[in-house]
Amino acid sequence: MALSTLGNTVFLAIALVFYILFGGADFGAGILELFSRGDQRRAHRDLIASAIAPVWEANHIWLILVVVILFVGFPEIYLELTSWLFIPLMCLLVGIILRGCAFTFRHYDTLTPRLEGLYAWTYSLSSLWSAFFLGILAGAPIAGTINPLAASFQDAYVTPWCNPLCFSIGLFTVSICTMLASVYLVAEANEGQMTAHFRKRARYAALLTLATGALVFIAARYYSSALFNNFTTSYTSILAFAIATVLLAPMWWSLELRPSPTVLRITSGVIVTLVLVGWYGAHFPIAIYYSATSNTPNLTFQAAASQLPTQNSLFSALIIGVIIIFPALFILLKIFKSATFKTKSEAN
Amino acid sequence: MTDLLAARLQMALSLGFHIIFAAIGVAMPVLMATSYREYLRTGNAEAKQLTKAWSKGVAIFFAVGAVSGTALSFELGLLWPGFMKYAGPIIGMPFSWEGTAFFLEAIALGIFLYGWDKLQPKLHWLSAVAVGIAGITSAMFVICANGWMNSPAGFTWNGGQPTDVDPWAAMFNDAAFLQGLHMVIASFQAVGCAVAGCHAWLYLKRKHRIHEKGLKIAFVVAAFSSIAQPILGDLSAKSVAKRQPAKLAAMEAHFETSRGAPLLLGGLPDEVAGETRYAIKVPKMLSMLAYGDFEAEVKGLNDFPATERPPVAVTHIAFQIMVAIGTLLAGVGVIGLWLLKYRPKGFMNPLWLKILVFLTPTGFIAIEAGWIVTEVGRQPWIIYGYLRTADALTRRPGVTYTLALYAALYSILTIVVAVLLTRQFSLLDRDLSTSDSAKE
Repeated sequence: MALSTLGNTVFLAIALVFYILFGGADFGAGILELFSRGDQRRAHRDLIASAIAPVWEANHIWLILVVVILFVGFPEIYLELTSWLFIPLMCLLVGIILRGCAFTFRHYDTLTPRLEGLYAWTYSLSSLWSAFFLGILAGAPIAGTINPLAASFQDAYVTPWCNPLCFSIGLFTVSICTMLASVYLVAEANEGQMTAHFRKRARYAALLTLATGALVFIAARYYSSALFNNFTTSYTSILAFAIATVLLAPMWWSLELRPSPTVLRITSGVIVTLVLVGWYGAHFPIAIYYSATSNTPNLTFQAAASQLPTQNSLFSALIIGVIIIFPALFILLKIFKSATFKTKSEAN
Repeated sequence: MTDLLAARLQMALSLGFHIIFAAIGVAMPVLMATSYREYLRTGNAEAKQLTKAWSKGVAIFFAVGAVSGTALSFELGLLWPGFMKYAGPIIGMPFSWEGTAFFLEAIALGIFLYGWDKLQPKLHWLSAVAVGIAGITSAMFVICANGWMNSPAGFTWNGGQPTDVDPWAAMFNDAAFLQGLHMVIASFQAVGCAVAGCHAWLYLKRKHRIHEKGLKIAFVVAAFSSIAQPILGDLSAKSVAKRQPAKLAAMEAHFETSRGAPLLLGGLPDEVAGETRYAIKVPKMLSMLAYGDFEAEVKGLNDFPATERPPVAVTHIAFQIMVAIGTLLAGVGVIGLWLLKYRPKGFMNPLWLKILVFLTPTGFIAIEAGWIVTEVGRQPWIIYGYLRTADALTRRPGVTYTLALYAALYSILTIVVAVLLTRQFSLLDRDLSTSDSAKE
């Protein structure tokens, strides 16, 4: 594999991790609103809105970066995904469009409680919906369910994602997004009652993540022996999943101890990153795992890569892009997130 | 409905929807930065109020533009896998840069919209400027990619496969720069016109100085870009004549190859009979406009193989609409600037304001018409001269259903955004009346 191709693969992984960490947490915030009840609802919504509003546009551009790296650097992967997984992809897109619009409209167009309720429900439900289909799209390529030789519509376009294994991955992603959001919000909430609320949510979400994670393993065991084999024989996976699970414990306790929110955020971020490393690491350099019955050789990043001049120019564009974007992102986060960092550490 | 038609309609719908929000993202930050700068220099409270009112609109439009753009980046693959297979790696360069510019735009917009009390005013103003620059840059890059479809470069076509890919040459193709500039200027025209029209309407309802200010800033931007646009339009047409003679012939509904070809104004092209009825003919003008020579030969559609002719009626009529609006706006721009300079009172005359209200949507209509010319005029090719649209189409079934889904989604969004915008106007109106009564 050429150096630039390898570099582009790394950038792809980074963009995906950041999309889950930031964009996924945005989905999670929408999901959390579903569980806010009674007179606290208003306060929770305001907190979530103020936490997300300045950064949500930027959070979701990681997805565009993922797409661009795919169709420029690895067009075969992009085409396989848009072909066999077009239904969940359309579902994700509809969700993304609805939730982005509802979130913004709610911010600027809250004239009557009924209208606000409509926007809020649209935002929450489409967040849940999007996170679920994001998980399916992340899972299906290596779940070994895509069959390029399928004859029927059902086998070609429905079975690859509409199965217990992919659904469990969808649920797992929903749990992860919710966990990230509630952990971030524990750090954002300055007031005792609200912190307690999100701490409780973070714990439920962590338990849910553990449970749905186990569910994915069980589903893999029954529906895709190849996948299960990969998980249990790859040291990368075993190690990554093990550390991720173990890290849940310190996160759990530190929710109570209230350390600096930075530690909390970083721990949860590391857990999610490790999950993704474990998920894709077991298969690298394979990008798409075809179903065993199709007898199609699996698609590797190497085989899917575009020609070398394109790889080189993409790699240089990404490096320059990072040099421009990271400082800008840092400034953005410093302006809007340093206040919460400060008050928390002062409070301690 | 055939899958090809459904896919083309879905693409047209998605692009036609997205382009409105993209144009607003390009031009609106510049208006915002202008009024903000006036506030910083003069301390004029109305300029600040105006900036805040505009920034709310920008936030709404930017969000819809961003999510519909995300959908577009997937739709290319969902509908045209045959295209993305070849084109993705060749025109990836402008797409990566567009991504970077768009990222910066989103970051800067976040800082601008929510940074009112968190930043020094000058730094805060700079964030608005950054949004504008990033918006213009990302538009230029994405049009480089579209330009490449019209004027492919940077590869060798080797037995149905592109080899020797040169991403730089592909990015700087012959169509890119002019097409990009044409669009950026068109965005300023359309947005300037629409904003001026809205403020003219609001001013007619309530003679508040904030509307006068908004109207003037927007109108000046619209006027200067409208006066510059015919020059760019002419250069673009000459470039099309050289690179895509079939598109030019369709734009002009020019069927028979001839020297000293006349320019047709209006008219209804009949593709079967190969003639255009009810058009006004300006002798020799087409030869002049296309090649700078009254006697130049202009190739007619009949000399192209039937399988390489674009749909004539749609292309010609869309082109006529665009040119007519462009001419109208250039005229209005000249008159308006003259009024502003020499008859400032006349500029606020109700009759003139009503004309401006009437012109509110025209710039956007011209943008849509222009894109129809670009895209329909390139048919049957998706990569001009190399790959046919039909060959790029996805083989999966159900394109009609996804078209229906997108049509429903975009219709709902259009209605919601329209309702939202009128409500923003009445909110602004309410704020103005309370602040006025507070003053008294």
